Amino acid sequence: MADPKATSESTSAGASPAGARRRITIDPVTRLEGHGKIEIFLDELGYVDRAYFQVPELRGFEKFVQGRPAEEMPQITSRICGVCPTAHHMASTKALDALYQVEPPPAAKKIRELFYSTFMVEDHALHFYFLGGPDFVVGPTAPAAQRNVLGVIAKVGVEVGQRVIAMRRRLRELMALVGGKPIHPVLGLPGGVAKAITSDEQKQFQTVAAEAVDFAQFTLELFEDIVLKNAQYLDLILSDTYTHRTYYMGLVDANHQVNFYDGTVRVVSPDGAEWGNFRPAQYLDYVAEHVEPWTYMKFCYLKPVGWKGFRDGSESGVYCVGPLARLNVAEGMATPLAQVAFKDFFDRLKSRPVHATLANHWARVVELLYAAERMKELADDAALTEPEVRVLPTTTPREGIGAVEAPRGTLFHHYQTDERGLITKANLIVATQNNAARIGMSVEKAARQLIRGPDVPEGLLNMVEMAFRAYDPCHGCATHALPGSMPLLIRVRDGTGRVLNSLWRNLDGSIHRE
Amino acid sequence: MTNTATTAAEKPRVAFYWCAGCGGCEEAVVDLAEQILDVVAAVDIVFWPVALDFKRPGVEAMADGSLAAAFINGAIRTSEQLEMARLLRTKSRVVVAFGACAQLGGIPGLANLWDRNSIFQTVYREAPSTANPDGVTPQTSQPVDGETLELPSFADTVRALDQVIEVDYYLPGCPPTAKLIGEAVHALLSGNLPPRGTVLAPDRALCEECPRKDSKPQDLALNAFKRPHELILDRQTCLLAQGVLCLGPATRAGCEARCVQGNMPCSGCFGPTSRVKDFGGKALSGIASLVGSTDEQEIIRILDQIPDPVGTLYRYSLPSSLLQRRRIGAKSA
Repeated sequence: MADPKATSESTSAGASPAGARRRITIDPVTRLEGHGKIEIFLDELGYVDRAYFQVPELRGFEKFVQGRPAEEMPQITSRICGVCPTAHHMASTKALDALYQVEPPPAAKKIRELFYSTFMVEDHALHFYFLGGPDFVVGPTAPAAQRNVLGVIAKVGVEVGQRVIAMRRRLRELMALVGGKPIHPVLGLPGGVAKAITSDEQKQFQTVAAEAVDFAQFTLELFEDIVLKNAQYLDLILSDTYTHRTYYMGLVDANHQVNFYDGTVRVVSPDGAEWGNFRPAQYLDYVAEHVEPWTYMKFCYLKPVGWKGFRDGSESGVYCVGPLARLNVAEGMATPLAQVAFKDFFDRLKSRPVHATLANHWARVVELLYAAERMKELADDAALTEPEVRVLPTTTPREGIGAVEAPRGTLFHHYQTDERGLITKANLIVATQNNAARIGMSVEKAARQLIRGPDVPEGLLNMVEMAFRAYDPCHGCATHALPGSMPLLIRVRDGTGRVLNSLWRNLDGSIHRE
Repeated sequence: MTNTATTAAEKPRVAFYWCAGCGGCEEAVVDLAEQILDVVAAVDIVFWPVALDFKRPGVEAMADGSLAAAFINGAIRTSEQLEMARLLRTKSRVVVAFGACAQLGGIPGLANLWDRNSIFQTVYREAPSTANPDGVTPQTSQPVDGETLELPSFADTVRALDQVIEVDYYLPGCPPTAKLIGEAVHALLSGNLPPRGTVLAPDRALCEECPRKDSKPQDLALNAFKRPHELILDRQTCLLAQGVLCLGPATRAGCEARCVQGNMPCSGCFGPTSRVKDFGGKALSGIASLVGSTDEQEIIRILDQIPDPVGTLYRYSLPSSLLQRRRIGAKSA
């Protein structure tokens, strides 16, 4: 995907007659704020000239939250995403702490982080087994009809499948216990949480957390056996098709270890050196957004480096967030089992940072283990059930910024209010938006590897899916279209817009040509 | 669906689609957990909330009324959503408005307090992190690289599903609960359906199923409304009795008072009961009856403690309300 300015330069020299050029439309099921669509322009020889990743929807939260009471924001903004409502809820709640300058009591912080860790276990497990994993567990070249969660179950056994479904259900039940409901929870308030945890509830968390640690270890073993022991898969992970040398961003604690709930935002450069480490409240000095007229999505970049178009390297402000980025910016994990897995990850990939986008799947499993271990630490904490979980705000609100690591990356909420605490301005930097430029670059790179001449190979379908699914299974997960059975349409048109041929795959994996 | 043609003929064909929503309704379906395997076994899902272009030729080719049911979530905002809703209506014998956005307009419907231009202005030009010196905004048709890239158009007004197509049933909630989804699917499969237009949830107020029901006084007379962050909320007592605006009395039951179980007030996502046309109007009249004063100045003082009446009382239902939207071009509050 190219910067339009660069585009006009590069094509002006060899401008081809319009009739000889063609374009390909890929309209998959995706969700950022809605669906997503890919347009690929081919030159007269059938090679990829440009590719554009478009987001065709906007809802405009930044506008319609104006006038709403700030304390309602954790519930209103969770409606940005029903797949990761907990991430928005928590970033928003932390922005309210800052807005009212109020520090939650220790038990409230623990409840929040316990709730958040439970969510991360559930979300990472969902993605591994249902969305990203099938590419590897069943295999990237397996028939499309098998490359889904049912294929995973067929490969690993029905018991494992049942274990995954049951684990997820139990985690969701715990989230309902604390947050009222798992989708669009209600626990967050400035200065704390809406209710304390009882000792009976704590016992339920302890039981499930212990199971979650076992489950995460089992998942890591499964990944080892099926993916890492397969040389072909490792080659695919490390292949140039899925590699971009960009900056990485993620929250770390004071020891530079991965933290989902709190900390400072650390950024490393493409060569792995620390480029910056800032408090979330300083985000406007570091993050900026670029607007293109052909998509409703905005593109984040590092402000001091600048927007240089859709390209990688240290001169370009494009950066990446999410599991891989979090491991890349950290010096380790804060829990023992995850630390071992972290070390193993970098030892075996023999690079730091890792630039291979598909390594996100492995990084996600390492994080699954950390989330489960952290959940257990907090569930076992004697102070978890302390009754004091609120500090009432006393200051006049003005401005507050909060950040968490959503499953898919760093998430910022920034509010300004009037003296009554009604929102006057809100700014939201959503995880997938941070990755938007790099996702577009990956889609283009995958297209270039596959489209070499007039015929569009069927392999393009899954390779393109893999290019964005690796980053951010949110694209698929929002719709819960199963990988490999995600319906796709590819149309090849000539320069006049006439459809030359089309290829589509149905939900059942069947391929149709016209 | 060539691969499944034989089995498909024996099973009802069902579609899921989503418009201006958050994906939470989709997640609610996944939260059926073990039950979802039963659903998959009983119906043939011919598409999921999805790839429009791809599906569209396939859907257009279907005979009218050949789908047993379409579950549509999300509100209607873009041209693409409108076209797809109309197409699904033609092809489906039953259309279910799934969740608060489809039923009432939902939280994205609060955008009806503004219009397209003011939303674009805020998002693409005024956001503090946005660097946009040329004032670029997304265009429905944009020339790039000698070609044209298209985007669906973005309407001034968010609409509920039944404002653009006929709807047969409504599943309320943000999102609907697994229990209600399961019951709705079962009713569809058994053919044991209530009259058209029915909301598939109990037709009574939430207070009646609230675990704190017994602590709700018969006659409440409030001299102050408190916002949830201004007080420590007792876990057992009716929230209204604590002076917090809980919309349980105006809201349809069926969620099992989940927010209240989270120790926070009901915000009304299940919408009104069948006896009420306008949710916010009903909620407002309920609030008026709680005010413990007859002195006009005092009443104003008390009601002024509800700082955002529109956003609070029409949180999920502005598009489907009698108000529908702020007049386009009107000065924003």
